[in-house]
Amino acid sequence: MSLFWVIAPIITLAALGILFVRKAVHAALLLAVVMIGLACLYLSLNAPFLAAVQVAVYMGAILMLFLFVLMLVGVDSSDSVVETIKGQRFMAVLFGLILGVVLVVGIAQISLGTVVGLDDANAPGNIPAIADLLFSKYVFAFEVTSALLITAAMGAMVLAHRERLEPKPSQADLAARRLQDYASSGKHLGPLPTPGVFARHNAVDTPALLPDGTASEASVSRVLAARGTVRSAPAMADDIEEIQKQLGPAAHGGRDASAAATTEEESPATTNRGEEAHTS
Amino acid sequence: MTPYVVLSSILFTIGSVGVLTRRNAIVVFMCVELMLNSANLALVAFSKQNGNLDGQVTAFFVMVVAAAEVVVGLAIIMTIFRTRRSASVDDASLLKY
Repeated sequence: MSLFWVIAPIITLAALGILFVRKAVHAALLLAVVMIGLACLYLSLNAPFLAAVQVAVYMGAILMLFLFVLMLVGVDSSDSVVETIKGQRFMAVLFGLILGVVLVVGIAQISLGTVVGLDDANAPGNIPAIADLLFSKYVFAFEVTSALLITAAMGAMVLAHRERLEPKPSQADLAARRLQDYASSGKHLGPLPTPGVFARHNAVDTPALLPDGTASEASVSRVLAARGTVRSAPAMADDIEEIQKQLGPAAHGGRDASAAATTEEESPATTNRGEEAHTS
Repeated sequence: MTPYVVLSSILFTIGSVGVLTRRNAIVVFMCVELMLNSANLALVAFSKQNGNLDGQVTAFFVMVVAAAEVVVGLAIIMTIFRTRRSASVDDASLLKY
């Protein structure tokens, strides 16, 4: 019973956390905490088989599935706070509180009597005892379960499968499309610019700086932009001033003209080189 | 066994409030899993209370059904996301009007 009083608050807090965290990934991790806690509670309730199944099925399969789908759906799938039905959130919390109070008070009122305990039932061992029940009394339900699992697997395959409506674009098609874009909207033909990793910062969320000091939005991953973790352009501008301060007025003033000249000389050369690399 | 059942009812309440308030379909699904798990906890607790293993076998079946349900449900969420580019339950409201 002491195990219960250690684990029960952890489970309750983690479950409450699922209600309040903003990001779905954090909710999945809190759900993992709840699952592990429940597995420990099953152990304390003389159900070692169910504890193992809880860890294997819930932690190993279901939570992994959740995380996979979160990765596929995208990291920007955080909750919206807009209420489509007015007052729905308040009413939901109110009714939840009422339900909880009724359940807890009602259960606390009843007396369950003395605990029989599973020592007799688990006499041949928990797993053999469960197997005896599963393959005698519940054998029909067990067989139906297999049909359910196969149906679920088929259903998932049918739902996730997407019929290709048009032929797969070949490399020549893609090249033609890129040129079309270049002709119509002037979109750059070559590959996207790299992030400013090697220039000033060792993280990919640092955008590359254009010659005029602004950040190039195309140089950081779309996912990072959706997450909102890209270092913003104004912050970068602050960095520039700071670095200029660190370099000092003497270094700045002395090298300014020559540095500008070299960059101007270099920039056409680098773009030419980039285009050559792209065409070859 | 009363504390176990009380914990189970608390978890069930939290799960139901989550289903009603959260907007992300995946988080709603996680809350449904939480409710299923709380039911499992009650089943296992009553199994010990009554001294037979039927409750544990039922909890096992609930786990199997939960696994099947998650597979199909997440596939549906994926399909909806593919067509609407959103995993919010509010956006799937075409049948409303």
